[in-house]
Amino acid sequence: MAILINSAVFLWGFSVFPFIVSFTTVIIPALSSLGLCKVYIDCLEWAFEFATNRIQQHDSRQDLNGNRGEQLPDNNIDALKDKNSVAMIQEEERTTLKKVRSFGTLRREFELSDCYHFCRQGIEAIADDSVTKCFSAAELPSWNLLTRTNTHYEFVSMRLTILWVIGFLFRYCCLLPMRFILFVVSVNIFLMTTAAIGLMPNSRYKRHVSKYVSLMCYRILARAFSAVVTYHNKENRAKGGGICVANHTSPIDVIILACDACYAMVGQVHGGFTGMIQRAMSRSEAHIWFQRSEVKDRQAVSNRLKEHVSDPDKLPILIFPEGTCINNTSVMMFKKGSFEVGGAIYPVAIKYDARFGDAFWNSSKYNMIQYLLLMMTSWAIVCDVWYLPPMHRKEGEAAVEFANRVKHEIAQKGGLVDLLWDGQLKRMTVKEDFKKEQQKEYSKLLKVE
Amino acid sequence: MGSRASLLLRQEEIEEIQRETGFSHNQITRLYSRFTSLDKGQNGALSREDLLRIPELAINPLGERVVQLFFLEGEDEQVNFRQYMRTLARFRPVDPNQKNNKDGVNSRDKKLEFAFRMYDLDQDSRISRDELLQVLRMMVGVNISEEQLGSIADRTILEADTDGDQRISFEEFSKAMERSEVEQKMSVRFLD
Repeated sequence: MAILINSAVFLWGFSVFPFIVSFTTVIIPALSSLGLCKVYIDCLEWAFEFATNRIQQHDSRQDLNGNRGEQLPDNNIDALKDKNSVAMIQEEERTTLKKVRSFGTLRREFELSDCYHFCRQGIEAIADDSVTKCFSAAELPSWNLLTRTNTHYEFVSMRLTILWVIGFLFRYCCLLPMRFILFVVSVNIFLMTTAAIGLMPNSRYKRHVSKYVSLMCYRILARAFSAVVTYHNKENRAKGGGICVANHTSPIDVIILACDACYAMVGQVHGGFTGMIQRAMSRSEAHIWFQRSEVKDRQAVSNRLKEHVSDPDKLPILIFPEGTCINNTSVMMFKKGSFEVGGAIYPVAIKYDARFGDAFWNSSKYNMIQYLLLMMTSWAIVCDVWYLPPMHRKEGEAAVEFANRVKHEIAQKGGLVDLLWDGQLKRMTVKEDFKKEQQKEYSKLLKVE
Repeated sequence: MGSRASLLLRQEEIEEIQRETGFSHNQITRLYSRFTSLDKGQNGALSREDLLRIPELAINPLGERVVQLFFLEGEDEQVNFRQYMRTLARFRPVDPNQKNNKDGVNSRDKKLEFAFRMYDLDQDSRISRDELLQVLRMMVGVNISEEQLGSIADRTILEADTDGDQRISFEEFSKAMERSEVEQKMSVRFLD
């Protein structure tokens, strides 16, 4: 079935192939070198400013009627901008339990008011917490004219609605078809070229060609999402025999990184369309695909990674140690598996500008197809990629500490919050051990006979 | 997500909640967003599991007690947005400008009542020795022995109990908590 569809699309694509190829490879780059991208982005920013002002005016009119009790005197925008780094609750010095030294011991008597501390922490967690926030898209300081990010779905002004309608038509009727065509074209080119390269004998020349082909395919694919990427510090790019680690926000991360350098991918073997792509990729370069059964066996995984890393001719491995998509405001716990393998670690920080399109994939809300559709109807995917200098594991450093060290660097560079919580909390409940820790800490404060 | 949430919260409702709880317009819409993001079943109400899914609450030793106090007001297994806001409103900071706040929803008395209910497990307006022991056990886990915990409970009741019935009533509790700075400690500053 997949073959039938693919061949039908292929034939159609072939008939308009020359036109599309010239369009994608000549006209679009020409336009972008004329600064079209910059103009486009500037227009969008102007539209966002306009939208924000309108909404602000509307809101202040509303609040004149309402309670002025606790209005912060600051401009709303500034407060909103800090929203993602400062919680909904102002983090005053966390009231630590009163530590009054009693004579003779360092502990104090129990008081009924000791429950205040836990009450307060509980209510703070209910009103806002740093973990569940990471699993849904971050709020924007200003509206970006997409319904999906709108929290003020009221009629604000006629001009704003017209602007939104224009934007909607532009995105769905102009951008979407163009991007979809590009997507189909790039996938087809990819399949054809990898098949051709697979037929070549193994040699340096083959690797050379494969590298250029892969870069070309990924770049066309990136155009399919209107990705505007700025790479910083290219001298720190990953080299063969190393492992590249990055924070994970969406499947598009892979495309963005692969536009600039070639990596060996790691993942589970799938069936269907994804499986076909995986097999095609394996024809031209060595990638690491695991069977489902192998995934459970950590030793097997580790061995295969070590084997790949020890061969400097093979491409650097690309791994996302968080294990799941996080919403690009924070970096969650890095799994230590990839840090035990040895070899140099090349950290990369990826930060998306959410105004033009939030790239975060909320897999509990959208499936892959819906997500791709959302991406193709956003304004653009704008992001910054920072290559950080390679890091090595120090003598006697535990894999977990090394992972935390790398995570800290990535968080700092990308302007993200460094969290110690596990990204798997998206799907599973937190371990009892943490509660026991808290109980232990509290009991240490109490004086007992 | 965002747009659906505001569609379901009408202006009149926001104003009612404003009158009842004293939160500002922005705070209410913000907390409504939070409410809907916690409501995994999308049925307009939170269950215990929805709240205990928050990791920072799940590791709180008294987390389950706090959750239980949300469920006191309404029907047993679901908390709707009004009840949610009413409970959160207890923790609004006391406005220093408001002189007569004795009956307000976030008054000193109401905050003390919340703390009292944390201990009063069967809601009979008295904290018995057993109830105190159970809550103490929640707070310290396995780190303190049964006898030591018992003597802590006995001492606490001895100090607070004035009418000699071996239990702590709300008046006795308030008296004992006179100098416990409840307004500061049981307040959460909600960002606008």
